[in-house]
Amino acid sequence: MNLIEVKNCYKVYNNGVTAVADFNVSIEKGEFIFVIGASGSGKSTFIKMLYREERPTNGSVIVGGINVAKLRNSKVYKLRRKIGIVFQDFKLLPKLTVYENVAFALEAIGMHSKEIRPKVVKALENVGLKDKARSFPNQLSGGEQQRVCIARAIVNNPKLLICDEPTGNLDPDISQEIVNILENVNKEFGTTIIMATHDREIVEKMKKRVLYIENGVLAKDYAKGSYKVHESN
Amino acid sequence: MKAIRILTRGIRDALKSVFRNFSLSTAAITCSSITLILVAVAMIISYNIKNITTNLEKELTIVVYLKENRTEDQVATILNDLEHMQNVEKREYKSKEEWKLEMKEYSDTFSQALEFLDANPLLDSITVFVKDVKLLKETTEQIKTYDFVASADYGEGMAENLVAIFNVVEKVTIIIVIALVLVTAFLIGNTIKLTIFSRRGEIDIMRLVGASNISIRLPFLFEGLILGILGSIIPILVTIYGYVLLYDHFNGHLFTAIIRLVEPFNFIFYVSGLLAIIGAIIGMFGSYRAVRRYLKI
Repeated sequence: MNLIEVKNCYKVYNNGVTAVADFNVSIEKGEFIFVIGASGSGKSTFIKMLYREERPTNGSVIVGGINVAKLRNSKVYKLRRKIGIVFQDFKLLPKLTVYENVAFALEAIGMHSKEIRPKVVKALENVGLKDKARSFPNQLSGGEQQRVCIARAIVNNPKLLICDEPTGNLDPDISQEIVNILENVNKEFGTTIIMATHDREIVEKMKKRVLYIENGVLAKDYAKGSYKVHESN
Repeated sequence: MKAIRILTRGIRDALKSVFRNFSLSTAAITCSSITLILVAVAMIISYNIKNITTNLEKELTIVVYLKENRTEDQVATILNDLEHMQNVEKREYKSKEEWKLEMKEYSDTFSQALEFLDANPLLDSITVFVKDVKLLKETTEQIKTYDFVASADYGEGMAENLVAIFNVVEKVTIIIVIALVLVTAFLIGNTIKLTIFSRRGEIDIMRLVGASNISIRLPFLFEGLILGILGSIIPILVTIYGYVLLYDHFNGHLFTAIIRLVEPFNFIFYVSGLLAIIGAIIGMFGSYRAVRRYLKI
């Protein structure tokens, strides 16, 4: 069974702008997918619909068996617990330590503190930040902050990890490091990863499936390893 | 278990937030304290007026004098009629002979004067206690229709006016209390609004990691509740000490012996309890409004 099933999906904003039109895509469990496209192509809207930050105007978006289009506001949290999300701007809480930032995600869903500790330690190990558990976000480099963000996203073992331009603020070496961590998560835990990015070098290098979005339409669905930077433009 | 964890976490976060935004919390607590003090004053005035009015109403009676030439039958008729009249609580009949005896006992001067006269110059009287003071006038008019009734009076004017004035004062205080309560709720709501804004980042992350709506909203509701209850502490102290002092100072009476103040115990505890409850409710109400408006999930 596919983890994500998008059928005839449209998103029209209140101001009349059509962000996504007639979108169809299936994503299997355990896939690692890049989503690329110019700014304003509808890439972010597509990503946001997956975690129900935006609701499709028409069509269906099914994530892990939940139809996002029909999901009521009060039930959104059920979907979010199955998903980890990583952002370009990290969204870490400056007054909490690295450990507390990761633990916050579990506390927020009412987990017992005894269960929280081992999970947080493991998540920090996975991103190589166990030694920085007591540091505050402003004491970390950009790459390290993004790793904390990944740890927070994977701490509850989500089925799906959505990354919205996670390397947007980072230099090429660090970006590669982040993508490597994501690949590890994908391989080790079988977590499905969807990553929106502008970094086409990395996309080509990783040889994964690539969704190329243009003007709100899925212009091309590249199979594993078939994406080449110079061909796409 | 999970519900308890969410609950304790809510209370913990609320307390943290109260202390973290100390100046904001102090402002909200001070504002609600001032308002609640005014509410307490209004409540004390209102309750005392109610008490005074009830006492006055209890003392309002119709005094009926029968004509000198009344017959025994007529006395029996009117007593019987009064007994069955709807607005009459009870009636006390005193014949002119009884009056004479009473007056003789009252003083020697009266005694000598009455001895001097052959006939008894006094009249029979009936004191009528009514059930509803508002119908006092109607009942008096009804009694006056008997042709052997010399007069029927009930302190016209003074008593009525006093009750009417007190009624107006009571209504005005109730309106003021309601207005103040709304203002306080608004103030607390405003504080919660600011805390919501200052914790935007935290709320966003909670939403993203799948915290349920209740666990996101609960800390803010508790914060309002805590601010409301903290705001009621000073007003409660003011009520307890202030009212006892006031009562002792005036010896329990205001201006005249008729206007009796309500006894401080258990009245002050009753008012204090109400203040705490009002504080809690307006705190919750204020924060609920803010959460509804500014915490869209």
